[in-house]
Formats: sequence, C-alpha cells, structure tokens
Amino acid sequence: MTTTPGERGAGPAATLLRVLIPVVLALVAGGLILLALGKDPLGYYGYVLQRSLLRWGGVQETLTRMAPLLLIAAGLIVAFRAGLWNLGGDGQFLLAAVASAALAPALAPWLPRGFNLIVCMLVGSLVGALWSLIPAVLKARYGVNEIITTLMMSFLGTSLANVMIKLVLRDPDTTVPQTRSLPVDDRLPRLFGTTIHGGLLLAVLAVILVHLMMTRTAFGLKLQVLGANRAAAIHAGLRVERLTIGAFALSAGLIGLGGAVEVLGVWGTVRADWNPALGLLVVPLVFLARFNGYAVMGFTLFFSALMVGGESAARRVGVPQHYVLVLVALLLLFLALVEYLDQTRRKLKAA
Amino acid sequence: MQSGETADSPRSGRVAVAALRGVTKRFPGIVALDAVSLEFHPGEIHVLLGENGAGKSTLVSLLAGMQQPDEGDILIDGAPATIDSPRRSMDLGIGAVFQRVLLVPSLTVIENLMLGGSWLKPLARAAALRRFEELSSLLGTRIDPHAPVSGLSLGEQQQVEITRALWRDEKLLLLDEPTSMLTPQGVADLGRMMQRLKEKGVALILITHKLLEAYDFGDRISVLRLGRFAGDIGPQRLQAMSEAERTDTVIGLMFGTDGAPAAGATAATATTAASATATPAAASDPSREEELAILLGKKLRRANTVDRSKPATLSVHALSTAPDFAETPLHAVNFDLWSGEVLGIAGVDGNGQKHLAEVLAGQRPSWQGRIELAGSDITRGRVPERRQRGVRYVTDDRLGEGTVGTFSVAANLVLKEIGSPPYWRRGISDWELIHESAREQIRRNDIRTPSELTPVGKLSGGNVQKVLLARELDAEANVAILNKPTYGLDLHNQRLALDRIVAAAGRGVALIVISTDLDELLEVSDRIGVMFQGRLAGIVDNDDGALDKIRRLMAGAQA
Amino acid sequence: MNALFTEPFLVSLLFGAVTAGLPLLLAGLGEQISEKAGVLNIGLEGMMLIGAYTGFVATYHTGSFWLGFLAGGAGGMAAALIVLFLCIRKGLNQIVIGIAITVGAQGLTSLLHFVQFSRSYPRLPAAPILALPLLRDIPVLGKGLFSHNPLVYLGVILVAVLAWLFRSTYLGLSLEAAGNKPAALDAAGVDVVRTRSVAVLCTGFLAGLGGAYMANVGAGLFVPFITGGAGVIGIVLAMLARGRPLWVLIGAALFGASLAMTTALQVAGIDIPTDVVQMLPFAVVMLVLVLFARNSMLPPALGSPYVRGER
Repeated sequence: MTTTPGERGAGPAATLLRVLIPVVLALVAGGLILLALGKDPLGYYGYVLQRSLLRWGGVQETLTRMAPLLLIAAGLIVAFRAGLWNLGGDGQFLLAAVASAALAPALAPWLPRGFNLIVCMLVGSLVGALWSLIPAVLKARYGVNEIITTLMMSFLGTSLANVMIKLVLRDPDTTVPQTRSLPVDDRLPRLFGTTIHGGLLLAVLAVILVHLMMTRTAFGLKLQVLGANRAAAIHAGLRVERLTIGAFALSAGLIGLGGAVEVLGVWGTVRADWNPALGLLVVPLVFLARFNGYAVMGFTLFFSALMVGGESAARRVGVPQHYVLVLVALLLLFLALVEYLDQTRRKLKAA
Repeated sequence: MQSGETADSPRSGRVAVAALRGVTKRFPGIVALDAVSLEFHPGEIHVLLGENGAGKSTLVSLLAGMQQPDEGDILIDGAPATIDSPRRSMDLGIGAVFQRVLLVPSLTVIENLMLGGSWLKPLARAAALRRFEELSSLLGTRIDPHAPVSGLSLGEQQQVEITRALWRDEKLLLLDEPTSMLTPQGVADLGRMMQRLKEKGVALILITHKLLEAYDFGDRISVLRLGRFAGDIGPQRLQAMSEAERTDTVIGLMFGTDGAPAAGATAATATTAASATATPAAASDPSREEELAILLGKKLRRANTVDRSKPATLSVHALSTAPDFAETPLHAVNFDLWSGEVLGIAGVDGNGQKHLAEVLAGQRPSWQGRIELAGSDITRGRVPERRQRGVRYVTDDRLGEGTVGTFSVAANLVLKEIGSPPYWRRGISDWELIHESAREQIRRNDIRTPSELTPVGKLSGGNVQKVLLARELDAEANVAILNKPTYGLDLHNQRLALDRIVAAAGRGVALIVISTDLDELLEVSDRIGVMFQGRLAGIVDNDDGALDKIRRLMAGAQA
Repeated sequence: MNALFTEPFLVSLLFGAVTAGLPLLLAGLGEQISEKAGVLNIGLEGMMLIGAYTGFVATYHTGSFWLGFLAGGAGGMAAALIVLFLCIRKGLNQIVIGIAITVGAQGLTSLLHFVQFSRSYPRLPAAPILALPLLRDIPVLGKGLFSHNPLVYLGVILVAVLAWLFRSTYLGLSLEAAGNKPAALDAAGVDVVRTRSVAVLCTGFLAGLGGAYMANVGAGLFVPFITGGAGVIGIVLAMLARGRPLWVLIGAALFGASLAMTTALQVAGIDIPTDVVQMLPFAVVMLVLVLFARNSMLPPALGSPYVRGER
C-alpha cells in the first residue's frame, strides 16, 4: 500500500489520479445518498466550500482545526508503519489535554508565557506517552494484542479525564464542571494577526519531521521493518521490544501533544464530558494518504474543511454534521476498491 | 518424444485411471507444462522424475483441482473431466498428499479426517472411526484417532494425510515428494504401504527428484524436463537395465543427451544446460560426470586443507536452549570449529537444527553453556554483537524471516546493518550509496532482477537465495551458519550455492552447513555432525565409512 | 453500606446487568464466530448501530418487537455483506474496511435519524416481558433475572447452541479449520470463502440483533451513536474468550453488571460518581490482561484473506 523503502514511486500523474478518483467517487456517491433523502447535494457541497474555504474567517477556522488532526495523524503514521494498531488516541488526547489545561493556569503567574506553554506541551506529550506504556509493554513482552489494550485504555482514559475534571481539577467558580480557564493572553500566540494559533506551525512541522524520519533515518527504517515483517526484524537483530515501546511512546506522545495544543491554543480549558473523538476519525485519513506525510496534510485539509463547513450545515442546508462520517467511510471504501483494481490491473499486465 | 507410449505399453484392455492428453499450463512469464501426455494405470507405481521447475508440482495441482489446464484434456477412466476444485478432484476418485502437511493442528486426527462433510448432516463420528480402522489396517499404521494433530511427528502426520487421501476409496493416489521429511525407517514404511496399495489396485503417482527412490519404488518412470515430457522407462525395460544404464538413460532424459538447451528454455536454464556441460560436443565431459556422481550419491570431497594446529575459531561447550513448543531444544552440545573448515550438520528435520542455528546466530538466548569466538566469550550477546564479530546466518526461511518481501533488493542487502556506517551517518540514510552498492553486488553475484529497486518478493527462489548469500558471505564474515542452503533450488542454483560455500571456506571462513541432503553434505564437509533429539549425537570425519556411521547416528544408534 | 444488599439495589443491578449485557453477549458471540473462522470484524460497532436503526424503524412502524429484532438482524447482515464482498472475496484489508463500516454506520444512521426523527424523537412503548413461571417468584432473582424480554432467554440458549455447534458439527470443524489452517480446509474440499462468508453473515445478524435490542428494549428509542462502544466491548469479549461461548456469557454478564452499577447505586442512594463506576469494567479487563499476560490465543489465520494456491 505504501512506497517501499528505496523504491521510486509511480509517476506523479498516476499517483494523483489514484488519490483523486476515490475522492471524486466518494463525493458523488455521498451526493446520491443526499439526493435519496431529499436533500440538495450541490447546495450542501457549495455551502461547505463557501463556509470553510471561500471566506477568510472560514479559512482560519479550517486551518486552526487542522492542528490537532495533523498531530494525531503524525502519531498514527509512526504507529501504523511499525505495524502497531494504536487505537487509543482518544484517551491519550484527552488526558494530555486535561493535564496541560490544569497545569497552564497554575504555572502562568510564575513563568513567562512562552516557557509556560512549552512546559505544558511537553507535559501533555509525556502524559500521552505514559498512557500508552501498559499496552506497549504488554505487546512488546507478552505479545498481547494491542487492539484490545489500546481500546480499553482509551475508555479508561476518557473516564479518568472526566473524573479528574469533576472531582480534582474543577474550577470552583463555574457552574459547568471544567478546569480553570487559561486567560487568552496566556494561550498559544496567534500567527501574523490571524486567529490561527502557533500550534498549527508545530503540527505541520511534526508531520514533516515524522515523514522525514520514516523515509530517511535508520530509526524510521527499523520501524518499517518491524511493521512489514516481525520475524525479519528479529532475524536482522533489531531490538524489537525497545522499538515497540519506543514507537508507541512516540505515537502517543504526538497525539498527546495534539491534545495539549488544542487546549492551549483554542479552548483554554477542558469541560467535563468533552470528547472530540478524533483518535479514530483520523485513522481513515492516514490510510487514504498511505502514510505519506504530504498527502496527509492534503487529506486533513479536506477533512477539516468538511468539518468546519458541515457544522452549520444542519441549520442552513438540512444536512447534519455527522454526514461527514459517511463521506469518510465512502472515501475509505472507494480507496480500497481503487487499490484492488490497480493491483489486478498490474498483475494482468505482468502476465 | 511427446506421447507416453513406448514399447512397454501396459497390457491392452486396462483403461488408464487417469490420463493427460496434450496438457499445457502457463503462468506469467513461464510455460509450466507444454503439451504433456501421460497415463496412469491401476496397480502401478508411476514415478514422475524431474528437477525443480520441471513441471511436476504443476501437474499435481492440476490433478488435485488447484489449477486448470490452458490447453489439452484430463481424462478420468477414459472420459474428459474438468477438475475445477479440490472437491471435484476428490469426487473423481483422486487423492493427493502434498509436500507440506495440510492438517489443522488444533483438531484431532479423526476431526481432520471428518472435515468436508456436509454441514446439514449430523457428525458421523462412529462411521468415521470405523473407516479409520479399516484404512489403518490396510496401510499398516497405528495412530490414535483422538490425538491432536499438533502432537504427532511429521511421519505420522503424513500417514494421516495418506489415510485422508484414500478415505473415499480413491483409485488414484498422488504423492508429492513424500520422503523429504522422513527418517530412513519412515521411508521404508512408506514403501511397504505403497506396495500394499498397489496390490489392492490403486494407481499411484510418486513425484520425486531423487533417482534412487525412483528406482526403489517405481514400476514406471516418466521424466519431465522444462515442462515437457522427456521420455519414460516402462517396467520391463526398467528391470532389464543395469543401474548404470538406468542412470544414464534417466540423466539423459532429465538434462538432454546432446547437452544443448531444450527449445523454449529461459535464459536462466540455458545457463543451467551450459554449465552442466563444459564443452557441448564432448561425449564425456567432467561436469556431467560430476552431476552423475552427485545424483547417484557417490561422495565427492573437497581437498582437506584445515589447519587444526591453530586454536579453534568457534568453540561451543555444553550448549543448551530452553524448550519451546515449536522446535526441539538443544541438550549439552559440544564442538569446535576451525577457520576454513566446513562442518556439516546432518539429521532428520526437527532434531534441534533450528535451535542450533538460532542460538549461534544470536537470535535465541542460550539456557546453559558457553560459546567462544576467537577466544572471547560471546554467549551473552545477541544478533548485533554477533554480527559485529563476523558471525553470519543464512536462514532456511528465506521469505519468512530472511528478507522483507515488500522491500527492495537494495534495502534487503543492508537489512542487518541499519544504522551502521557507511550507509548511515548519525542515523541518516544514504540511499544513493545503498543503491549504488546494491547494483555492484547484484552484478557480482549474478542476481537476476529487473533492478535494485524491485521488491525481493518478486524474485525467484534461487535469486532470493543469491541475495541472502551475497549479504551474509561478505568480506567481514568470520563464521557462517547456513540452514538448508540449497533447499527448493534448481540444480544450477544448488551448485552455485555450494560453490560459494566452498569459496568462503577457501577464504578462511568457518562454516556450519545444516542440511537434510546427505549427498550435499558429503560433498562439501570436512566433518559431519549428526543431530538427534537435540543432542549432537556424534561427529564423524568425512571419509569412506562416514555414510554408514551417519545413518546409524541419525537413527539414534551409536556410530 | 447496608444499602448495598437491599432488594431494590440488587434487583436494579441484576435487571440492569441483563439488559446491558444481552447486546454485549450477542455481539460477542457473533464476533467469536467470525474470529474462529479467521475474520477480524472491527466493524462490529457499525453492524450493531445499523441493526439498532433498522430494528427501531421496523418496530416503530409495525408495532411488533419480533419484527424489529428480525429487521435489526437483517440490517446487521447487510453491513456484513460489505465485509463479505470486499474482504473475504476480494481480500481487502479487514481492519480498514471495518473502520469504514463503523464510521459509515455512525454517519449514515445519524443522517437518517436527523431526517426522520430529529423533530419528533419518537419513543417505543415498553417492550413485552416474559416472566418465567415459577422462577419469577424467587425473591430478588425473580425480578432481576427471570422477568425479561424473551430474547434474553434465547440469548442464553444460544450460548449452549454455539458451544455444541463448535465442537460437534461439520460446520464447527470447518470454522475451526478456516481460522487455523485454511489451506487444510481447502484441501479437504470445503470452500474456505463460503465458510468465512457464512461466519460473517452470522456475526452481522447477531450484532444487528443486539443493536436492535439496545434500541427497542434497552432504551425504547433511537439516537445517533446509541451503541456507545458496545461493539468494541464485543470484540474484546470475543478475543478474551478463547473460542469458548461460555466465557463470552461470563464476560458479558460482568460488563453488564458494571454498566448497570451506576443506576443501581443511585437506587440504593449511594453516591459514587458515574465516571468512576464506568471505569470499573475496563480497569478489570486491563488488570486481567496484565496479570495473565499471555497471548489471547487468536486463530493463526486471523485477519489474512485466503487465496488458493498462494503460499
């Protein structure tokens, strides 16, 4: 599914087609579903486009929304390439968010703003990474299936986050349970006079760095060997246990950073029962991009625009926000189909 | 010669149980079978002989319903039949026993035999047990039907497979290379079983590449070469000829009497034919005699140049490994290995060879004992440390663990050096250098691949092995362990591999060659050790009495 | 503390455990069938959700709960067809397709709900209850365990039926072979694709059935995301149960009890935060995994498509 190390990919035109065709098919199929339900698909798509990308305010919102998505995607690329199913993103994200949301206002009076933010982001990443430790060790030492363990830890994590907010870290001054709010001035700085916060730059950087790491460093190659063929990894003398735990830590750390960034840049606080549940939503995007960092950015932009535009589409066009999920699912299905057709075409050519 | 009719045609009036008429089967890039016609008769053991790539396995898969012919017909009892699934093959009375055991390990013997019943009917356990008893007495086997298959030895599993193949009174039994996993005793048992079936009137097809087996068991021998029917020897001729004559005829059929490559041969096999005959016109050229001798099991020995006055390069003391459920562990193994020596390790598969290879390579921790390399204790280290000291391991599981199939040839060539200079500097990969170096190695080792970027999984078995040999037998190798280095390769690539081993020994590398092929071991080894139930039962010098001693050790007796 | 052993608490706990546990049981048993045959159904949550929706709609329009269950099962099977065609017949990646099914089901059912019910939020009348004669008169247990919708009793019987099916039928042997060594099954003349297809359709049916029960009996209505992770729990139960239906029953009962604990505690007047209680079952699972850290004994061929002739 991905470009193997050392192999030159197919020509750019072919790759672009392979990516665009599923997108177009998904949009068309989704449009047909809307039609069947008596909605106007062109109206919906037009509204979404206009709301999210054709207005300056919309563009800013879309880009802001991308920050946590990109960080989660970076984390998932690391894990999936290493053959590890880190499906615990929600828990890692949320706990990191709560940790940084609680820490930032507490440290704000003592530390200069930049320093405070950096510390809190590091703490967030650390919390995320730690939350993956048990599944990582269970997998590395005992081969316990990580699908179960990360999913369980995710449920545990979201509940624990709520418990922390409602009982321990609660802001006594608010009616709705939430952590103490971080004043706007102490949050991540805005970029160049826009409403987009600096976390976006960090996120883009993270995706690029992860991509470069996977394709150009020894560590990245080792992870790929582990993901492609575990027996070969052992045979080649790779320290599989360490790599597994390391990959998990890096993956969950990036996801945790996403949670921290989202709080420190946008909300300033975490409300009880808040769960954007991005951990699983980003999985299809990463697959669609075939683990390629640059493609991930493209798909994330597309998805972010859909989310921003789709939010108010319920009132305006009569299409609820969750319709976006249908599009994502269709995208995945069509991608899988196009892949399959491409493979059979290649096999026939070789015959 | 295209048809199977010779002066020794079977007695008229007996209709062939199964026949192929002008059958052709193509795969991408290769013609596996080319207009082959054969007949199989009841009460006859028909041996199909040919080396790897000759088309034997394809023929089996056609009869077993795994593939369909592109041209030609398959006739069952004289009438054309389409065998489009294993079920259909079974319905037509064909039973097949393949090279790899196809039993479900978590089920019992009898449950495996009951697989295939209609889902709508209740489980007929009693009837199945009765049938099992019947077939057991026919075949002379003694296996507990309620034992889980995972607990049976390979020989017993094969017996269950044969029982299954005959479950519905099949008239035709296909055996694909059945003896590769058997002890000498097991081979004898198989032979007796085939006799009984023959007397009962079953038609037997025995596929093998071993000449001696063909003579021992076969009533009729047909030879396949490069997908074509090259000729056959019927029962009367077979009995009339002397061993030398038989061998000569068979070799001639297998490789072509005039030494010229058969029409339609691919480039690789043209080299095979060319290398098998040094000068095409010569009537008796040395390499052909070599081939003959190897195939006949006559020993050819390398010159013994090992200098044992110097200290041993590798010393193993009382080495044991922890038991695990897949393979036999090691028990107090002791041996020394000198520079430039080839130590062959013989023994029936599954007597600890895998553990031996893995523990020496560093892939498996030892439980007790010591390993010393050039005087220093290396017992604690794992693969990276061993590699640094020059220990190399060519695994038998080429695509399973030796390479990553989706990675390019270039990436696989550096697979064990990730992170080390010169290809990596401070953790950053130098792909330019890696590819350049790969091109060089491909050229030097004659690896047939479209480019260094091709995924290794697309290469043929022989070329994958060349990649492994190129990677492991490099300039810094000190000690090399090779597990079944010629398994599954055609003759040309087998020779290449053995040549590389001999060349490495000449350079001073100390080599351990693990193999189930005694002929090969007798050809290249200075000494041969025998593994039996996890112990090194004995090490014998490779002299005239070696074969006997080895056979005894393999069976568990004293040398 | 005395409040814990009063009748209201126990009855509430038992009743709630069964109500919450049955969908988990059905989903878990369904997933077990697939996993035995070597198919990893990550889309279980999606199948349950579709079943919940179709079941709800059917009962809402016809008034019949049995029709609702059937419709739920059918809905789940429809989703399973996607797995059948794309993964089993064409060999596409099972985990990717599973996620697509779950995400797609979430989106589709939310969309449909929005179009049809977002203004009205209809509720169903209370589901019929079959109180088992004699058993229903036992104190505490009678009201807690033996006064449920008949589907509950069928579910328990299903456990025994599956246990028998796995060990003592040709279908059971075929399933085991398909997951353990599909090449052996093929050589025995049984169609591996057909075996796995049957398994997946059964899973879809059971998952959809469980979803329909959640909507119609458990809640009496349908809202988006109503299954709330039940499918995920079903996958976990199946993986932990090592091929034994009885263990799925035990797991489902325990999980159901933890999920019902919140309400039961409220009934008893004990004030422990819901979130803490909700953590219980997951914490227990993790504890079990850590203490008995062994392989969860998944069939070797799990997740890999079978292609005849491929090595």
